[in-house]
Amino acid sequence: MSLPIRKKEKLIEVLMMCCSFVTVLTTIGIILILTLEAIKFFSEVPIGDFLTDTQWTPLFSDKHFGILPLLSGTLLTTTIAILVAVPLGLIIAVYLNEYASPRFTAFVKPILEVLAAIPTVVYGFFALQFVTPLLQKLIPGLNGFNALSPGLVMGIMIIPYITSLSEDALRAVPRSLREASYGMGATKFQTAFKVMIPAASSGIIVSIILAVSRALGETMIVAIAAGQEPKLTFNPMESVETITTYIVQVSMGDVPQDSLEYKTIFAAGLTLFLFTFILNNISFFVRKRFQNKYE
Amino acid sequence: MNSKNYSRGKLTDKVFKYTALTFTLFALAILVILLVDIFSKGLARINWDFFRNLPSRHANRSGIMTAMAGMLSLLFFTIIIALPIGILAGVYLQEYGKKSRFASFIEINIANLAGVPSVIYGILGLTLFVRILHMGNSVIAGALTLALLIMPIIIVATREAIKAVPHSLREASYGMGATKWQTTSRVVIPSALGGILTGIILAISRAIGETAPLLVIGALVYVPFIPEGPNDQFTTLPIQIFNWTSRPQADFIINAAAGIIVLLLITFLLNGIAIYIRNKWYKKIKY
Repeated sequence: MSLPIRKKEKLIEVLMMCCSFVTVLTTIGIILILTLEAIKFFSEVPIGDFLTDTQWTPLFSDKHFGILPLLSGTLLTTTIAILVAVPLGLIIAVYLNEYASPRFTAFVKPILEVLAAIPTVVYGFFALQFVTPLLQKLIPGLNGFNALSPGLVMGIMIIPYITSLSEDALRAVPRSLREASYGMGATKFQTAFKVMIPAASSGIIVSIILAVSRALGETMIVAIAAGQEPKLTFNPMESVETITTYIVQVSMGDVPQDSLEYKTIFAAGLTLFLFTFILNNISFFVRKRFQNKYE
Repeated sequence: MNSKNYSRGKLTDKVFKYTALTFTLFALAILVILLVDIFSKGLARINWDFFRNLPSRHANRSGIMTAMAGMLSLLFFTIIIALPIGILAGVYLQEYGKKSRFASFIEINIANLAGVPSVIYGILGLTLFVRILHMGNSVIAGALTLALLIMPIIIVATREAIKAVPHSLREASYGMGATKWQTTSRVVIPSALGGILTGIILAISRAIGETAPLLVIGALVYVPFIPEGPNDQFTTLPIQIFNWTSRPQADFIINAAAGIIVLLLITFLLNGIAIYIRNKWYKKIKY
């Protein structure tokens, strides 16, 4: 052996430490790039305009740089998705954990996971080519591009996130709590909603926060099916543009680098990043804080 | 009074049970509808020429050859970059620095990275690899971006797999006089290999489906040639699908559906393999 064993051990440990440091560099890279470029953007566009202007038209000749229309588009599609995913995902989790036979659960869970494995561009196609025409039959006059269809499809996509994390949380509740509730004469329904869900609430909250963060950052479904019109509206029938769609739209176009138009993607990206960053940190601390509740 | 309450409780219970069952079946039904819709639209379009043809202005002469080739070369570089770093980082965090402040800082950091929208990774790749490092919108720039994106998944999977290795195995190895690295590389990692492999395959499956970050770094939507090296421009199957989906002509929509069938088959195959390995591994090693 060329190296003494102690030195070799140390060398490997340092090498491995460097590997894990790559993740820190990634975070630093993201934050630095977004902030530095956004600062350049805000040296040309006052931050007050960015936060209060109700129009977003950086690619037009009459330029406005108000993030509100993109933000409303993002929040609108996210809200629709969450309204679908949270009740469905949570009820499915309760059903699988409290009512269904273990065989049924073992059959259903892997199939539900498939929903999360499907590439998002496929959901985009499904929203535009199947869900939107279907909705247009139900709602006459519905725009071919609208917030409703991608919102609904996004909700279906994130059901497995809610179900699997909530189910883990429900399963972690000690049996004794459930038995005690049954012993008091409570039905399964009462036990599920008055004992199990409150006891598993931190895990369920984490699952919801992560689902919101996932929906905020989703790109392809909304880019394909929501249209590309930044509009300050909360009407799900109208076409909207989300922050993510705008970023893709600009990077696919011929916007010259170092132009003000180009810098808008960093300001928009920073806004999106701040939202998801805050949500992820909240979920991380909720999880840490309540991890050992029943251990 | 008491029995009335009781029966009302039972009724609520029953109503909920069947509502919840309906919801569960509804979610499964959506999956079936999605698959039926896409297969019925695209299956007839799939033939040998579809795999062999270059993209074209004419829908019925377009194929996915360059998209598949671009995807494979992109994956090749993504894997050789992300795997070693991801696995070593995971091993380090679980085996070496478990209790240190550095490790818990990195844990928060990885939890955060896993939640960063993929389009933001695209902005990182665009600025760092494409512009600052002058890689252009090349295969290698795309691979580096995707590598950073899937690294948290590999790290978390590696940690989970290693966590499941019982302590007694390590103790036995130390008892034989093995060093820490000998124990890690010859006892712990081989025992955790099934779990690590499962995580890697799921990470690859994720990388295959990614579209947004590649669009942001400037992957092209029309590439009439096969990338021959890491510095060539490229397109991938999801990008090709996106491009076809956004065209108004019905023939391109059929192409998109056909492309999706291929993409879904690859995704399901990889996920199937991952589940197979996981089950097999759990059966083989029972502690």
